[in-house]
Amino acid sequence: MTARYSALTILRQGLTGHKGWPQAWRKARPKPAYDFVIVGGGGHGLATAYYLARTHGRRSVAVIEKGWIGGGNTGRNTTAVRSNYFYPESVALYDLALRLYEGLSRELNFNVMLSQRGILNVAHTPGQMEIAARLANAMQLNGVDAELWGPDEIRKRLPLISQSLDSRYLPNGGVFHPRGGTARHDAVAWGYARAADGLGVDIVENCEVTGFVMQNGACVGVETTLGEIRAGAVGVAVAGHSSRLMAKAGVRLPIHSYTLQAMVSEPTKPCLDTVVLHLGTGTYVSQSDKGEILIGGGLDRVPSYGQRGNPPMQEIILSGLTEMFPAFGQLKLMRQWGGVVDVVPDSSPLIGPAPVPGLYLNCGWGTGGFKAIPAGGVLLAHLLANGSHHEISRPFDLDRFRTGRLIDEAAGSGIAH
Amino acid sequence: MLFPCPFCGPRDETEFHYVGEPKPRPEPAGTVGEADWADYLYVNANPRGPAREIWLHLACMDMFVMTRDTATNAVLGAETPGRAS
Amino acid sequence: MSGFRLPTGGAIDRGRPLAFTFDGKPYLGAAGDSIASALIANGVRIVGRSFKYHRPRGVWGAWTEEPNAIVDVTRAGRTTPNLRATVEPLENDLAVRSVNAAPSAAEDRASLLDSFSGFMPSGFYYKTFLWPRWETFEPLVRAMAGLGRLDAENRPPADAPHFNARCDLLVVGAGPAGLAAASVAARRGETVFLVDDRADVGGSLVHRGGAIEGGFWREWAEAVCAAVRAAGGRVTTSTTAYGVYDHNLVCAWERRASEPDALWRIQPKKIVVAAGAIERPLAVPDNDRPGVMSADAALAYLRRYAVLVGRRIAVATNNDSAYAAAEALAEAGAEVEIFDTRAEVPATALRVTGDAEIEAVFGRSGVTGVKARGATRPADSLLLSGGWTPTVHLYMQARGKLRYDDSLAALVPSVPVEGVVVAGAANGAFTLDAALRQGHAAGGGEGPAPNAPQGLYRVTAHWPKPDAPGRRWIDFQSDVTLKDVALAGREGYVSVEHLKRYTTLGMATDQGKTSGVNGLAAMAALTGRTIDETGTTTYRPPFVPVPIAVIGGRRRGELLNPLKRLPLEAEHRADGAQMREYGGWLRPAWYGPDDPDLAVQRETKRARDTVALFDGSSLGKIEVIGPEAAALVDFHSYNRLSTLKPGKIRYGFILSESGVVYDDGVTLRLADDRFLVSCSSGHTDAVVTRLELWRQDRFNPARVVIHDTTAHWATLTLTGPRSRDLVATLGLGVALDDQSLPHMAFTTGAYDGAPLRVARVSFTGDRSYELSVPVSRARSLRAKIMAALPAFGGGLMGSEALMILRAEKGFLIIGKDTDGSTMPHDLGVAGPRLQRKDEYIGKRSLFLPVAEDRGRKQLVGIETLPGDAPLPTGAHLVEGEGKARRSLGYVTSSYFSPTLQRPVALGLVADGANRIGETLGVYHLGAARRARIAPLVALDPEGKRLHA
Repeated sequence: MTARYSALTILRQGLTGHKGWPQAWRKARPKPAYDFVIVGGGGHGLATAYYLARTHGRRSVAVIEKGWIGGGNTGRNTTAVRSNYFYPESVALYDLALRLYEGLSRELNFNVMLSQRGILNVAHTPGQMEIAARLANAMQLNGVDAELWGPDEIRKRLPLISQSLDSRYLPNGGVFHPRGGTARHDAVAWGYARAADGLGVDIVENCEVTGFVMQNGACVGVETTLGEIRAGAVGVAVAGHSSRLMAKAGVRLPIHSYTLQAMVSEPTKPCLDTVVLHLGTGTYVSQSDKGEILIGGGLDRVPSYGQRGNPPMQEIILSGLTEMFPAFGQLKLMRQWGGVVDVVPDSSPLIGPAPVPGLYLNCGWGTGGFKAIPAGGVLLAHLLANGSHHEISRPFDLDRFRTGRLIDEAAGSGIAH
Repeated sequence: MLFPCPFCGPRDETEFHYVGEPKPRPEPAGTVGEADWADYLYVNANPRGPAREIWLHLACMDMFVMTRDTATNAVLGAETPGRAS
Repeated sequence: MSGFRLPTGGAIDRGRPLAFTFDGKPYLGAAGDSIASALIANGVRIVGRSFKYHRPRGVWGAWTEEPNAIVDVTRAGRTTPNLRATVEPLENDLAVRSVNAAPSAAEDRASLLDSFSGFMPSGFYYKTFLWPRWETFEPLVRAMAGLGRLDAENRPPADAPHFNARCDLLVVGAGPAGLAAASVAARRGETVFLVDDRADVGGSLVHRGGAIEGGFWREWAEAVCAAVRAAGGRVTTSTTAYGVYDHNLVCAWERRASEPDALWRIQPKKIVVAAGAIERPLAVPDNDRPGVMSADAALAYLRRYAVLVGRRIAVATNNDSAYAAAEALAEAGAEVEIFDTRAEVPATALRVTGDAEIEAVFGRSGVTGVKARGATRPADSLLLSGGWTPTVHLYMQARGKLRYDDSLAALVPSVPVEGVVVAGAANGAFTLDAALRQGHAAGGGEGPAPNAPQGLYRVTAHWPKPDAPGRRWIDFQSDVTLKDVALAGREGYVSVEHLKRYTTLGMATDQGKTSGVNGLAAMAALTGRTIDETGTTTYRPPFVPVPIAVIGGRRRGELLNPLKRLPLEAEHRADGAQMREYGGWLRPAWYGPDDPDLAVQRETKRARDTVALFDGSSLGKIEVIGPEAAALVDFHSYNRLSTLKPGKIRYGFILSESGVVYDDGVTLRLADDRFLVSCSSGHTDAVVTRLELWRQDRFNPARVVIHDTTAHWATLTLTGPRSRDLVATLGLGVALDDQSLPHMAFTTGAYDGAPLRVARVSFTGDRSYELSVPVSRARSLRAKIMAALPAFGGGLMGSEALMILRAEKGFLIIGKDTDGSTMPHDLGVAGPRLQRKDEYIGKRSLFLPVAEDRGRKQLVGIETLPGDAPLPTGAHLVEGEGKARRSLGYVTSSYFSPTLQRPVALGLVADGANRIGETLGVYHLGAARRARIAPLVALDPEGKRLHA
């Protein structure tokens, strides 16, 4: 049973000691068979289950999660959402996600704390400003909001940004994307889980998929630590572990696993209003509603499944932060962690049928999967329900590596996403 | 972290460049199918655990094969192909 | 008022009073005080407000575990936010402000929030603020959240050094166990690095005392430190080992008095974690009242700072360790009563009530009394000792695992981790003699450990009961109560990570040091699981918050991605060069102080009219040498180079294996077995790497070598119709007639006893001579040229003028006029693709379906319509109108040509080569205009100027 969330319910529950809140989602035990099994209880997997139930009316769905839902990259990222992309194919994908995010709290009846305070890509040299203009124009032509800022706007909106002539990278301008911002990562996972559960989806935690059940060369289910589960079709959304899991089906992917670090400072009163990506240093930063400065940057240089990150990249990211905002040097780093990301040669996701019939993929999001969760869910649900691509996911099929038709944002806009 | 360069000995991780998984280059081009070329260019085993990988030590430019546990970064061996080390 | 200073004792200097303010009120402390000890000594009870409910809070701890006493400290006009008052040494003239309170901690306007706490349980914000939208409420929430205030004027310098160190043994914690471990190793001759986050060594010995080897502990400790130093090791205090990374690399933050803080990266062969333990609170009702404190902290305040925290002190405990504290406080003059949850209590002269749980704590703004076993007792302080939590952070970061030991009521290390040993209280040895034994063993000691009287520590777990009445705080700083944990359990957030994230338990600046174990024990009880089954959240670095400026180190400004510098930078600057970054190099953009556009136009025109000097030294100059050199450069390049004759030059591309144009440049064949490959300034390192990889992978490394000579040579380029005449005056001794030195050829000679190379290549379309000499001769050659220039009406030229000159000729710049999908045939260079039979990098990809796609973007010229201003670079060429408008490509280069007296532009346009003459829309930031696709070359398409 799900209780409708509202201020009124909180008031009512408050008067009775909050004793009446039901479980946000049931702790399901797996049934022997489902129409669809989704491997991976992160944002993408949970969203896939939700849209299968909601859009396609398919209720015989299970999400199989080896740990606790939202515990992978969904719960480890820097929570930025945006659709400031260059190629029309990318914009179609990421703006679908952003539009869904814009209505998500109400749709799920769960506050995902979408905060569209904008995201700014800061450019430095005249050459970067030319590329910034190229990107801003591309965004506008693709129907996405974009502003090209000069130095004065940056000074106005980011009074703390370094203007010192001793700076290695002076902020000369940049591309501002007003609809960009952040959302509360855990809430996205929990919100989808609760809504999917309300539609009858089984969410099975602490259940690891150990293999695929094959019949006549097709995948007909999964083997798990809680036994075999049969499925009409299996969707895989296990960012960071895609290569490992798909190897069990004999499939190799164009993926390398890298550690991406993130870190937060101690909380302070509001001092940073937008998300900022600094092209010079590669550091990006925002301030959470709790007041923590949330910091990210490049991948660790050494490919790794180690979910923690190492000091060389911390030094680069944090020196980048103080280069950008020297005053942030007075803050202290409170917590640092790492996630394993699927790095694909063109830094675009892999969505589509796997080379094994019955098996469908949603992976390869690199460092940017969180912002795409609603779209990843819609598209994988479409694939599972119809057995064929949604027109938005078609360009992201695995076959692009054979044809060479890569979708490499860095190639067009100079900004790797 | 320290990685072992077969030529220079243990050196800081920041001096090394990851090149990729060892794969033979399929050629001549005219005989190579699209799928084989894509496999060579893009597809990886990407194992979790021990992996044989090509590395370059940027200080001396020696290219070598390192066996490394990709989960822990523990180094299990390093050798220069074709040269005893 | 409850706390006060004793007339004697403590490690403070009563002769050096220090004046400070707290929330604007003046106080006096003493040298040696922490901010917290000085506040308590002054009777200050409320030191802050809680994060969510704005409950008044007092000091809980005496060191880094402190959840409540978080303060902003202003020192000499600069404020540092969020410092722990319990850690920060007091200084004269500090202005200390509580956080999260206004106007002061004592009188906080938001204190009413606590009355609504019933409607703000954990996660309430996930369930509301849905209408009209979250952002309506968010600004208010943001303003309420956060702790300290950032000081915009406080910009710490990038001055923290990073030290790399190696040692045989790193000992973290200079308490009894750490000292014992260090002692063994040092006496064995090992290099020991002993670090402690306190300013002194001794750890718990400093306030708990003890006799070791029959004498005062300090004598023993000093002997150990001396032994460590004698064996070549270091004892580094005020240094926090905060993180363990791969290969057991340990990072430590050292606070230094008269120098900037330092970061240590220590690579030990072995680590002994002897980091002690942290006392937990008991989850009694209203256990967050000001005046409720850790029993061990109260003892620390007494012994370290001669501060007695109260006159009438209630002590609630479930273990033996609080007894020593209680007895010491009583001895110092306080009236002390103990309430022990256990039925069987240790012998003591103090009044003890066994089987007693605190049922209430009275006093909203400071403890006034407690209730136990139904009776109310007056008290001005309540000390809680809920047992000890081993400080296992570093062990856990090194991939350790914990098990719950009920006899210790603690999570202790359970599996060996290679290279890491945990000892002392960190490993559950809560008595001095046991800690010494463990430390001795951890250091590899044989025989008897340092001797200390036998201690006794008994504890009976007294975990929070999920249904217990009242408000019982688990996490003080995050304002998480037992009810919140119960709510999380009810709603299914039962995984410890869900519990943490849903309630924010353990996510505050203390990172759960006092709250984590109580929280998971409560969740275990709620869900009917054991503590082991419930598990812990991941221990993440840093152990304590570490200044961002320290981790960032000196990487700032000039030292952040340092620019490459030209050997002649000083000379260029002396001639008025305006330096800009191009591809990682700092190069003259133009010369002179006047308007940049005017200067660039003037330099451009002069280069076309007479002669200009340009510094081309940054271009990559990579020599490929040996019998297999020709084969390597052939494989490496899109254009065949082995057919080049010695003395000749060829322009070409190199491709990535995906067939994309990676770089361009000319190659000189210096000799049969020697090529000089030039490349874009910003690509040299990457091209060297490519060449090296293929050299070692595909060729016989003994028969071809790569040698990057970029930094060895300076290249001064003279371009323009008078260039030959000028070069002729330099007396270089080389034949300059077009027969001897035609376009795309070079010759060598000598200049001032050093080699000289004169190459005829042109990036301007005009006759050009590149003069290359060793860097040592660059100044003299430049001076000679500068002296000759005026006679020809020539002058200096920076990179911006070169950009215009090459754009007039349609010469492209990789990465500017190409993008990451451009293939050579998109640039009109299809010959090798169609003709080469041999292998080269990228070949197979040139025949993938994508290479044949219609609508590939090709590089073309773009002409503005008559009278129009130059196109903005970055504008898009479009077809269609309004919503149907579609991008066909974009302007990559655009300038006003002073020679043609009109704008020139280049762009990548879909099917551009077939659109020459077509007029297309141009879109830029909402504005539309039109322009015509044109041939690439706008000036001198026949190429006559090369030979003019």
